This record gives sequence, C-alpha cells and structure tokens, in this order.
Amino acid sequence: MSNALKNLLYKMADDALVIGHRNSEWTGIGPMLEEDLAFSSMAQDKIGHAQALYSILNTLFGEADPDTLAFKRQEKDLKSCQFVELPIGEYDFSIVRQFLFDHAELLRYDMLTQSSFQPLAQLAKKVKGEIKYHVMHGDTFVKQLGNGSEESKARMQSALNYAWPYALGIFEKDETDAELISEGVFAGEDELKTRWLQKVTPVIEAAGLKVPATDETKIVYGGRKGFHSEYLKPMLEEMTEVTRTDIDAEW
Amino acid sequence: METGILEITEEQVWFALENVKDPEIPVLTVVDMGMITGVAITDNSVVITMTPTFVGCPAIHVIKQSIYDEVKKLGFDSVEVKVDFETKWTSDRMKDGAKEKLEKFGLAPPVVLNDDELTEEQLNRVRCPHCHSTDTTLRSAFGSTLCRAIRFCFNCKQGFEQFKPV
Repeated sequence: MSNALKNLLYKMADDALVIGHRNSEWTGIGPMLEEDLAFSSMAQDKIGHAQALYSILNTLFGEADPDTLAFKRQEKDLKSCQFVELPIGEYDFSIVRQFLFDHAELLRYDMLTQSSFQPLAQLAKKVKGEIKYHVMHGDTFVKQLGNGSEESKARMQSALNYAWPYALGIFEKDETDAELISEGVFAGEDELKTRWLQKVTPVIEAAGLKVPATDETKIVYGGRKGFHSEYLKPMLEEMTEVTRTDIDAEW
Repeated sequence: METGILEITEEQVWFALENVKDPEIPVLTVVDMGMITGVAITDNSVVITMTPTFVGCPAIHVIKQSIYDEVKKLGFDSVEVKVDFETKWTSDRMKDGAKEKLEKFGLAPPVVLNDDELTEEQLNRVRCPHCHSTDTTLRSAFGSTLCRAIRFCFNCKQGFEQFKPV
C-alpha cells in the first residue's frame, strides 16, 4: 500500500512543482498587470501545495526533506505529466493549460477529501478552497477570449487543440491505481477523467469553442513513469540553478 | 524546584500572542486571524499549535518565529510552535472585531461562508471599505498577496483590495 500512496503523492507534488514554476515564468511579463499577479499568485499556491505533499512524503514515509525532493532529484525521477512541463508559450496556451489542468486539480482534491488516508484528506479540504479561485480564473478568461474577437477565438481553439492530447495525459494510469481504489484512498484516474470531461465541456461550449476530438493513440503518456519531453530538463536546470551553485549551502 | 517562580498561565500566553501581527496585514494579530488552534502548557513548557491561512503562505516562517519570540519572553524553558494540519483555516475563523479592523485598514473583509462552497454571488456582495457602497465588482481574484483579491467600486470610482473568503 505504501508504494501506491507514495506514487500518488509524488505525481501530485511533482505536477504542482512543475506547473508552479511554469506559472512563475509569467511574473513580470504578463499581458496585463492583473494577469501578471494572477499567474504569480497561482505559482505561489502551487509551490505551497507541492511543499505540503513533499512534507507528507518526508514525515510519514521517510523520504528526503521537501527541498531535497524539489531541487535535487533527476528528471527521470519526476512523476509529473508532460502537460505541465510544456513551455508557457503565448498567453492563449498558458490560459488554456491553466483552465484544463486546474479543473483536474480541483476534482482530484475534491475526490481526495473522501480519502481513507487522513493526512491527504485533510490537506485536500484546505487546498480545494484555494484551487477554486484558480478554476474561476481559468473559466473567466476562456469564456472571455473564446467569445472575443475572431483572432482571440482562433487562437483559443488552436491552443485547445494543441493542449488536448497532453491534458488527457494527466490521467495516465499505472499498476497502483487499482490498489488505491480498493483501499479507498483515491477513486482513480478513470473516474477523475470522466468527471473532468463533464466539467470542462460546458465551459468550452459556453466559450463558443469546440471540444477537440479525442484520438486515443495521440494521448501523451509517459510522464508518470519518468519519461519526459525535451522541455523538462532545461526547466529543471533553470529552477535549480541557484541551489546548484552551492549544493550544501544552508538556507 | 522550590524556586517560587510563578506559574505562567494560559491567559498570559494568549495575551502575548496578541503582540504577534500578521506581517501581511499589520492591523491583525494571529489571534484575530483565528490562526491559533491550541495552547498546551505542561510544567514550564508550552506547545502552541497554529494553522496557516494559505498552504503556500510565505509569511508562515516569520509568523512562527514571532510567536516563538513573544511567548519565550514569558519565561518558559521550552516553547514549541507546531503547524496544525488537522484544523482547516477558513476566513470564518476570524474573530469578532477583526473584520472591522480590516475594513478600517482599507481591506474589505471576507464574507461569511459557513461552509466550503463559494459562489459567484458571495463574491459579488462586497462593500467598498472607502465609501461603503456595495456597487462593486471583482477585477481579479488575485492581488498583492495570496489572501487578497482586487475589486473596483463604481460609486467612488476607486480600486480596493478584499481579503478573499476561503
């Protein structure tokens, strides 16, 4: 059981860490001040969530301390999905990713409030309240830009088409899924995916956009097993640049 | 030991905690914020438990240290400040009077949620801290700190910040 739980905690924490770093790349260059603040604040929330999850791994499973887990692991050890590591691209892609990813996050934490693993259930109750604001943000901008000008609509649709197979990769399963379900820890990635489709579909439609067709063969899997795109390594190098200048420094 | 040292009471600890301000909202103390979830004294040691407002709140380390410093002054042999993961902080935990202080500070207080569910309607019933009009709108759910949102008042035509209900 503890391996399945650890796996779940790692993939959630790594997702939060990587998307948190990506969000922070908007700091100072957001298309308007409010969006600069929004992405910066969401970044801070995500890094907080990552830290809380790494702390559970540290205190209850004897894994290394949160800083070590965040800054001193190899690319292949990260269990984040490939969706979160993609570069921020233009604002249309970032907002589409934020919208798709955070709906999955909110639902995942919502399901986890019922978890038989109490530390995660408690954290989930708290985190849910924060992610609600992220979801609200994503929904607002997807609807505004989808229903905006010809250009904004076209950009949103093409960003959505590009993001879709990656977004479905969030729900990549592995051999631990069944165990988590039977132990009442987490209702599973398939259930999450079903709920996610029910949530994002009406918003995409209200935005006047089309839900991309799902081609099962194009879904981007691999991240959960440590196989990443060419984008993660340079990101990790940048993220750990300061730490690596003096690896044993005390902060 | 027969030293005649007076026992430090729980009241004294709570009183000391009133000196610990939230660094991001200097008009509120950690007690006003409802962040303190327990004070347990045994012999000449004390364990204080607290719950952070936002999971990623960067002020948490500063707050923990300030709590330690203030309470240590009372003369305990050991002071431990622990983060309580069991009690979920929500904006409803703010003490009576805290919301008035917030409004005077120019920050619209959070609406009472009573439960988890945050609705758009609740977000839209916010009174401007400057002119008290409720003709206000949400400009951005994110502001200068994790706990603030940016709003605009149509009556006095000014932007203002709100403490987010969570």
